[in-house]
Amino acid sequence: MNILGKLNRAPLSAKIGIGILAINVICVLFAPWIAPYAEGQVVGDPWAPGLVGAPEGDLAPTTLLGTDHLGRDVLSRLIFGARNSILIALLTTTISFSIGITCGLLAATMRGTVDQVLSRIVDVMMGFPTLIFALMVLAILGSSIPVLIGVIALLDATRVFRITRAVAMDLEAQDFVEVARLRGESIGWIMRRELLPNAVSPLAAEFGLRFCFVFLFIATLSFVGLGIQPPTADWGSMVRENAAAISFGILMPLFPASAIALLTVAVNMIVDWAVASTSGVRNDN
Amino acid sequence: MHVVLSISAKRLALGLATLLAISLIVFFSVELLPGDLAEAVLGQGATPEAVAALRHELGLDRPAAVRYMAWVLDLLHGDLGRSLATGRSVAELVADRLGNTVVLALAAAAIAMPLGVGLGILSTVYRGRAFDRVASTASLAGISFPEFFTAYMLVAIFSVKLGWLPAVALVGTGESWLQRLVVLTLPALTLALAVVAYVLRMTRAAIVGVMAAPYIEMAQLKGISPVSIVIRHALPNALSPIINVVILNLAYLVVGVVVVEVVFVYPGLGQLLVDSVSKRDIPVVQACCIIFAATYVLLNLLADVLSVLSNPRLKRPRQQV
Amino acid sequence: MTIEQRVISMHPAVNREVILDIRGLEMEGFSGGSWHKIVHGLDLTLQRGEVLGLIGESGAGKSTVGLAAMGYARSGCRVTGGTVLFKGQDLLRMPAAERRRLRGLKIAYVAQSAAASFNPARRLMDQVIEVAVTRGGRSRDEAVRDAQDLFHRLALPNPETIGFRYPHEVSGGQLQRVMTAMAMACRPDIIIFDEPTTALDVTTQVEVLAAIRRIVEEFQTAAIYITHDLAVVAQLAHRIMVLRHGRLIEEAPTRVMLAHPQHEYTRSLWAVRKLAKDPEPRGDELLKVRGLLAHYGTVPVLEDVTVEVERGRTVAVVGESGSGKSTLARVITGLLKPASGEITFFGEQLPRAVKDRSKEQLRRLQMIHQSPDASLNPRHTVREVIGRPLEFYFGLSGQRREQRIVQLLDMIELSSKYLDRLPSALSGGQKQRVCIARALAANPELIICDEVTSALDQLVQEEILKLLLRLQGELSLSYLFITHDIATVKAIADRVVVMHKGRVVQQGTKAEVLTPPHPAYTKLLLSSVPDVDPDWLNRLLAARQPAVSSVAS
Repeated sequence: MNILGKLNRAPLSAKIGIGILAINVICVLFAPWIAPYAEGQVVGDPWAPGLVGAPEGDLAPTTLLGTDHLGRDVLSRLIFGARNSILIALLTTTISFSIGITCGLLAATMRGTVDQVLSRIVDVMMGFPTLIFALMVLAILGSSIPVLIGVIALLDATRVFRITRAVAMDLEAQDFVEVARLRGESIGWIMRRELLPNAVSPLAAEFGLRFCFVFLFIATLSFVGLGIQPPTADWGSMVRENAAAISFGILMPLFPASAIALLTVAVNMIVDWAVASTSGVRNDN
Repeated sequence: MHVVLSISAKRLALGLATLLAISLIVFFSVELLPGDLAEAVLGQGATPEAVAALRHELGLDRPAAVRYMAWVLDLLHGDLGRSLATGRSVAELVADRLGNTVVLALAAAAIAMPLGVGLGILSTVYRGRAFDRVASTASLAGISFPEFFTAYMLVAIFSVKLGWLPAVALVGTGESWLQRLVVLTLPALTLALAVVAYVLRMTRAAIVGVMAAPYIEMAQLKGISPVSIVIRHALPNALSPIINVVILNLAYLVVGVVVVEVVFVYPGLGQLLVDSVSKRDIPVVQACCIIFAATYVLLNLLADVLSVLSNPRLKRPRQQV
Repeated sequence: MTIEQRVISMHPAVNREVILDIRGLEMEGFSGGSWHKIVHGLDLTLQRGEVLGLIGESGAGKSTVGLAAMGYARSGCRVTGGTVLFKGQDLLRMPAAERRRLRGLKIAYVAQSAAASFNPARRLMDQVIEVAVTRGGRSRDEAVRDAQDLFHRLALPNPETIGFRYPHEVSGGQLQRVMTAMAMACRPDIIIFDEPTTALDVTTQVEVLAAIRRIVEEFQTAAIYITHDLAVVAQLAHRIMVLRHGRLIEEAPTRVMLAHPQHEYTRSLWAVRKLAKDPEPRGDELLKVRGLLAHYGTVPVLEDVTVEVERGRTVAVVGESGSGKSTLARVITGLLKPASGEITFFGEQLPRAVKDRSKEQLRRLQMIHQSPDASLNPRHTVREVIGRPLEFYFGLSGQRREQRIVQLLDMIELSSKYLDRLPSALSGGQKQRVCIARALAANPELIICDEVTSALDQLVQEEILKLLLRLQGELSLSYLFITHDIATVKAIADRVVVMHKGRVVQQGTKAEVLTPPHPAYTKLLLSSVPDVDPDWLNRLLAARQPAVSSVAS
C-alpha cells in the first residue's frame, strides 16, 4: 500500500509513463491472445487504410490501423513486435549489467593493475562510437539475434562499468569497507556484502536509462536494416519496410515509430520521477 | 602553465593510443571471419584456385602483422584500398561523401549548439517555473525519440501535409547553394532537434550542479540578484562541463548522421557505411569506421584539453603564501 | 588596547538601540517525507555594537536561526511564524528584492567553510568588493584600497597582493579572515558568524579569533557568533544564548553564565573537560613501533616514529591536521605500508601489509573510526554488524552467536531491541557504541581509536569516553587513542605522544607532557586550546606579544 500511496502522489508525467509501460508489458505477456491476427498472416491489400486515418467515404476498413507493405495487420504486427523488441532489449540490458557490475565492483575493490587494465580497455572501447563499432562487427559477423545481443551488451557494459566503478569507488572509500578489510574479509565478500547492497539503488535508475538506450539502439539498427531480420515482427524493421509509404502520404510507418518513441519517453519519465523522489525535495530560495 | 601542458600531453597520448587501438580493432576484426576475406567474398561455391588467386591479390598470403603495417602506411598516405563490390578506389568513394556529411553535421551544429546552451542557461535562471518545466518535458521527449521518428514526423508535416520541403535529400553536383540549403533543411533540423535536447539538459544539469555549492549560497547571502548569480557566479564554474557537452554532442552528431542520411537518402558517409555493411564490402566499412572513429576521438580529445584550460585551479597551481 | 579596557568593553552600555529583534520565530525542516518543527517560538534581540553568542550542539537549530536573522531559509527549511525586525522592518514580510538589497550591505554573513564558500573561479578581491561596488556606491579603486586596509587590520600576510589570488592559493585560516573582510566591506550593521573557526586547527583558530574580535570591536559592528564551543564564544560574546532542539535553554551575559550556569544542560556543554583518568603505573609491552618511515607518493608523512603501548594502558597520540597521527594508525593496522621500521605486537613482528597478516594477528588488533556513520554499512543491521566478527574469527553460529551478540550489546549498554535496526535508525552515540561492540566481538588485545569522539556532541563524548574507560578496566584492553583534543587526552590517557609534521616531538606520561616546561610546539599547542574563561584570549595575547601573527605557520 506504501507503493500505491507513492504512485498516487507521483506527478502526471510519471503516471502517464507507468500507464504506457503497463500496456507494453501486457502486449509482451499476452501477445498471441490479444492480437487480432497472427504474426505473419496476410489480411488484405498492401497499405490498406484502417479505421484510424481512413479517408472519408472509403469502404469500411476491416482493421484498426491498416495493413503493411505485404498486407499484414499493422496492429497485430505491433503487438507481436512489442514482444520481440522489448524482450531482446531487456535481455541485452540484463547481460550488459551483469558484465558491467561485476567488472566495475572488481575494479573498485581490487584497485591497482586490475582496475588499470579494465579501465583502459573501457577507455578504448568508449573512444569508439558505439554505432560504428556495432556496424563494423555486424559487417564481419553478419546480423543475427545472438550476435546483436552479444555486441550491444558488450558495448553497453562499458557504460555500466564506468558508473558502477564510480559508485563503488565512493563506497570503497568509506570506513565500513576499511573495517571489512582490516577484519581480513575476502574480495568476494567485500564486493557482495559491503558494496553491492549499497550500489543497487543508484544503479536501478541507470538500468532504466540503459534499457532505453539499448532499445533505441536495436530499433535504429533494425531501421537501417542491420538489426532484427524479417519475418520477425519488430518495430524498427516495420518502420524501415514501410518507409516508402510516407512519400505517398500514407502515415502507417509513423505507428511503429510512435510505439518506439512512446515507450522510451515512458521509461524516461518514470526514471526522472524515481531519481527526483529519491534525491529528496528541493525548494529553491 | 606546465601543469596544463603535461595534462594535455597525457590526454593527447591517450587519444593517440585510442586511435592506434581502434586501427588494430578495425584491421584485425576481419580476422574473426570464418575462413578469411577471400572465402567470404567469393562465397561457398568458389574453387580453391579462385580463392587462392584472390587471396594473393588481396595480399592475404602475407603475415597479418606485415599486412597491418602496410595498411596503416597506406592509410596515412590517403590510400584506403579498393572496394570489393565495385572495384573503385575507396578514397574516391569516400571523398565525395565525406564533404556532404560534414556540411550536414555543421549545419545541424550551427542550429543546435547556441540554441541548446542558451535554452539551458534560461532553464536554470527560471528553474522550477513554467519555462523550465516545459523545456524539461520537451527535451526529455527530444532525447527519447529515435531520429527516424523525428525525421518522419517532420516529413509528414513539411513534405506530405504542407509540401514545403522535399522528403528526400538527393544532391548532385549541379545545384545552387540555395537548392542545397532547401534540401538540407529537414535532415539538419532532425539532427538539431535531438542535439538541442541533449545540450539543453546537460547544460542545465551542469549549472544546477554548481548551484548547490556553498559559494552560491554565499552569493545569495551577499544579496546578489538571481540572474547575476547564474551568469557571474555559477556559469564560470560550469564552463568546463558545458564545453564538454558541446563537443561531445558534436561527436554525437558525426555518428548521428548515419541514421538521418538513411532516412533522407542523403549521399553521405553514413549512407555509404550502412550500404557497405549490408554488402559486406569490408575495405569500405573499414575506411568509414576509421574516419568516424578518428573524428570522434579527436573531438573527445579537444573536449578534454579545453576543459583543462578552463579550470582556474589548473591554470594557477597552488603556491605557498 | 589594554586588558583593562577590554574587560570594560565586554559590558556594553545597557539599553542601546536594538537593531535586530526576532519574536516568536517558528521554523520547520523537511525530513523523512514530511515537515517537522525545528525552531519553537524563539525570541532574540541584538543591540548596536553587541556580540551575541549562539551556542548549542548539532541539531540545536543555531545555524537555521542565524540564517533566519538574514531573512533566509535553506532549501528544506521554511519559516512558519514570527517576525524578524531589522531596524523595525520585518525581513520576512518585505518584498524579496528589498530583502536582497539589505543582504551584504547591512547584514553580512561569514560561513563555516571559507574554502567552500569562495567561488573557485574568481579572484578573492572581485568577491570581496563585489557588493561595495555594485550596490555600496564605491568606485572599484576605493573598494580595493579599503579591502587592502581591512586585510591589513585582519593581520593577513601581504595585504596588498593577497586579494589577487584565487581561493585555492590561500590557506584555510587566511581565507576565513578574507571572508571576514568581505563581510566588513560595506560596514554592515550586523555580521552573522556561522562557526567560522570550527574547521580550523587550534593554533590557527587563535589567530582568526583574535582578528575577528579586533575588527568587530574597531567598527563597533553587532554580531551573532554561532558555535558549538563554549570556550570559543566566551572570548568574544557579551551575551550568550544556549539553544537545544530549537528552544532557548538559557540566556545570560557571558561572565554570569560561565560563573553560574542555571541549567544542567549548559554545564554539560563542557562535560568532557571535567573527566580526568588517574594515570596507572607502567605495564608490560604489548605493541612497539620502531623507526617508522612512511610516504604518500614522494611526500614523507611519518619520519622516524617510535611509540610503545603497554597492556591495559592508553596511549594518546595528539596533534593537528597533517601531524601524521592518523597515518600512524594506518601504518600500524597495515593499510599503509611503511617504507621502513618495524611493528612488534604480542611478541611477534607484524607483516607490513594487512593482507599478509594472519587471522589471529588481525583479530587481536581492532580499530574504531572517527565517523560512526561512515564505518557502519547502511544496509547491515546491528545483528549482522556485531555477528560477522563472531562468525569470521570464532566460527560461531545460531544460538551461540545470538547469545554472544546480546552479551556484547549488554556490555555497551544497549538493549537487545536494537538487534534488527539499521544504522539509520540509531543516534550518533548509539552507532559509535555498535562500532565498539563490533571491535569487542573479536576479543582484541589492542583497539586503535581514531578520533572516536570528535564527531559527537559533548554529552555523548563523555558517555563514550566513560564506556571505554570502564571496558578497559573490565577487559584489561589497551588503547592507542588518536585525537586532536587536549580535553580528551586528559580524560583518557596514561601516556601521551605529541606529533607535529610527521615527527614525534614529545612523549611521556600524561603528567610529564601536560605540565611545564614544554618543548616549543607542545607549548604552542597546549596554549592554543581555549579555556572556558572569558579572559583566556586576553591573557594569551598579552603573553604572546608582540608577534601574534607569527605564531603559527
